[in-house]
Amino acid sequence: MKPRVGMFAFTCCEGCGLAVIECENELLDVLSLIDLVEWREGLSEKANPPELEIALVEGSISTHADEQKLKAIRERAKVLVALGACAHTGGLNALKNRYGMNQVKQMVYGEAGAQFDTIPARPLSAVVPVDLFLPGCPIDRTEFLSVVRDVALGKAPRLPDYPLCVECKKKENVCVFFQGRFCMGPVVRAGCGAICPTHGDGCEACRGLVSHPNEQAHKETLAEHGLKVDEVLMHFNMFNSYQEDQPA
Amino acid sequence: MNEVKINIHDVTRVEGHGDVVLDVQSGEIKELKLAITESPRFFEAFLLGRKWYEAAHITCRICGICSVGHTSASLQAMENALGVEISDQTLLLRKLTFAGETLQSHYLHAFYLVAPDLLGVPSVLPLVASHPEVVKMALRLKRLGNDICCTVAGRHIHACAMKVKAFPKVPQAEDLLALRQRLVDSVPDLHATVALLQTLALPQFERDMEFTALHHPEEYALYRGEVIRSTKTGDTAIPDYKQQVREFVAPHSHAKHVASAVGPYMVGALARFNINYDQLRPESKEVAAALGLQPVSYNPFMNTIAQVVECVECTLDGIEFIDRLVDMGLHEEDMTVEVKAGRGVGASEVPRGTLYHEYAVDDEGTIVDCNLIIPTGQNLSNIEHDMRALVPQILDRPQDEIALQLEMLVRAYDPCISCATHLLKVEFV
Ligand code: SF4
Ligand code: SF4
Ligand code: SF4
Repeated sequence: MKPRVGMFAFTCCEGCGLAVIECENELLDVLSLIDLVEWREGLSEKANPPELEIALVEGSISTHADEQKLKAIRERAKVLVALGACAHTGGLNALKNRYGMNQVKQMVYGEAGAQFDTIPARPLSAVVPVDLFLPGCPIDRTEFLSVVRDVALGKAPRLPDYPLCVECKKKENVCVFFQGRFCMGPVVRAGCGAICPTHGDGCEACRGLVSHPNEQAHKETLAEHGLKVDEVLMHFNMFNSYQEDQPA
Repeated sequence: MNEVKINIHDVTRVEGHGDVVLDVQSGEIKELKLAITESPRFFEAFLLGRKWYEAAHITCRICGICSVGHTSASLQAMENALGVEISDQTLLLRKLTFAGETLQSHYLHAFYLVAPDLLGVPSVLPLVASHPEVVKMALRLKRLGNDICCTVAGRHIHACAMKVKAFPKVPQAEDLLALRQRLVDSVPDLHATVALLQTLALPQFERDMEFTALHHPEEYALYRGEVIRSTKTGDTAIPDYKQQVREFVAPHSHAKHVASAVGPYMVGALARFNINYDQLRPESKEVAAALGLQPVSYNPFMNTIAQVVECVECTLDGIEFIDRLVDMGLHEEDMTVEVKAGRGVGASEVPRGTLYHEYAVDDEGTIVDCNLIIPTGQNLSNIEHDMRALVPQILDRPQDEIALQLEMLVRAYDPCISCATHLLKVEFV
């Protein structure tokens, strides 16, 4: 029996769901491994029966309604996968959390804002237990395919837990620090193929940090550019402001 | 039938979340609403205090499917604010990326979201078994659009290499030429798409309405325009966009809607086609004629056909842009920007219509004010007006069919509700 899979979106750009469709050539292979039974963006069908082996969930939780829906999905699903930065770390959405919710509504919608149900944006794991996460904004297609294959075959997927610089050096990129740009590479979890530095841009840490950055940081790069882990971490908040605001 | 109650929760096969509510009693519409249930994300609040160079990479995350579109409008707005000029090379690279996104977005809409309705199946999945060739062709065409974005700008969703002033790394000529070959090779697939569409019937429905799109004297406006052109109110300068795009609080919803001086209007491929038809290539006009699309078309269901016409245009554009880039010889560019205080507006014709970004920065390049107007926000009122006109015409049909027609109408606009910046929830009973 192929595992029954549902895809769900909360507060986000739905880019991670789109990245799944953008697997294009490999999409038919994936569809032969799984049984996609529910996905509002792409299917009119609703899952029947409602149980799912795998729920793929993108987006942050930022309304009371989101919270209830996520809990209902959790109950239906054996494995719940957080897809992308919004779901994994809260992503960009958490940038609004530095304001009061009434203030933020007033700023964007004026008087009419009062009607919105909005609460500080949180990653899925702040609301329900999450079994697996796929980091990135958006997720990496290759990583997605390998994780789905593993889960469908009952294997435990493994994500890299070493700094991006390792991947970047393998590609023989010129380090963007030499071009006067900033890069989070020394402390960020690899796995995206260092795509931003490969295209000349500094890493913005959308995949989050390696565990224990102080020990694992890519010391070589730091030394080369006279940087300290703390200095690099200061630039960390575009996608990771939720983590910064949590008591350590 | 006189009594109809429809509540379609989560219109499927659109980007983002929307509900349609219809209540007809004794043949009269008591309630008709397109309700947006998306949670707003408050980009306009969290952009404040961020730096000039972050704006494009933050705002592209408004919407995955028109990420390059947001990036394009954002970069133009920031460059206008800072007084930055871009080179011909950068302009061509951006237009090429933009064509790639337009292709992938239009193909996604036509094949994955609309074709199932026309072929009478609930989604694209059954087509994998019943029409494998169509699905493979769709995958191939869409992949090409993505690969254009990946080659030029790193990736399609949230392009890394689209930055203020220039590309931090320019693509290799040989990689562009490989794309050129694939564009040439995709022409037979395009013709097959046209042939397929010729066998399918779109609903016949017309309503007198206003169309609005950017216009550029030298090109069919997509990445950029020179003025905002309306079929009812004439031309408006882009920095004065608020005269055309008026936000107001609708009494029934306590929320902002968008209208022009004369009422709701439509943006998107059909609006562009109607306004800028003369600037299309002969090949695109031929396809339009073959599919029964002539300007001015007042049938919103024809939006999908206008998208296919634009696919022809973007395919040929892509070939031309690559030829020009390779002829010019690609070179790395300086990216230094002199930061100073200013305000700027940027606008692009993204797949779903005109997108506006406006920023003000202080003399340290910190964003102190911003405004974002997305296409779907502009179309919402117009969709509701279409529904009001359409429902009486189909009221004698079974309830399922009415519901399907309304869903198809919403999908024809290709709404992208995930860009919930100024998208407003419409209260319903
Ligand atoms: S993680 Fe990024 S790409 Fe994915 S849904 Fe969130 S904003 Fe979009
Ligand atoms: S700092 Fe960034 S650019 Fe430099 S090697 Fe590390 S990942 Fe690559
Ligand atoms: S290089 Fe950094 S910002 Fe870019 S995708 Fe990888 S982790 Fe994200």
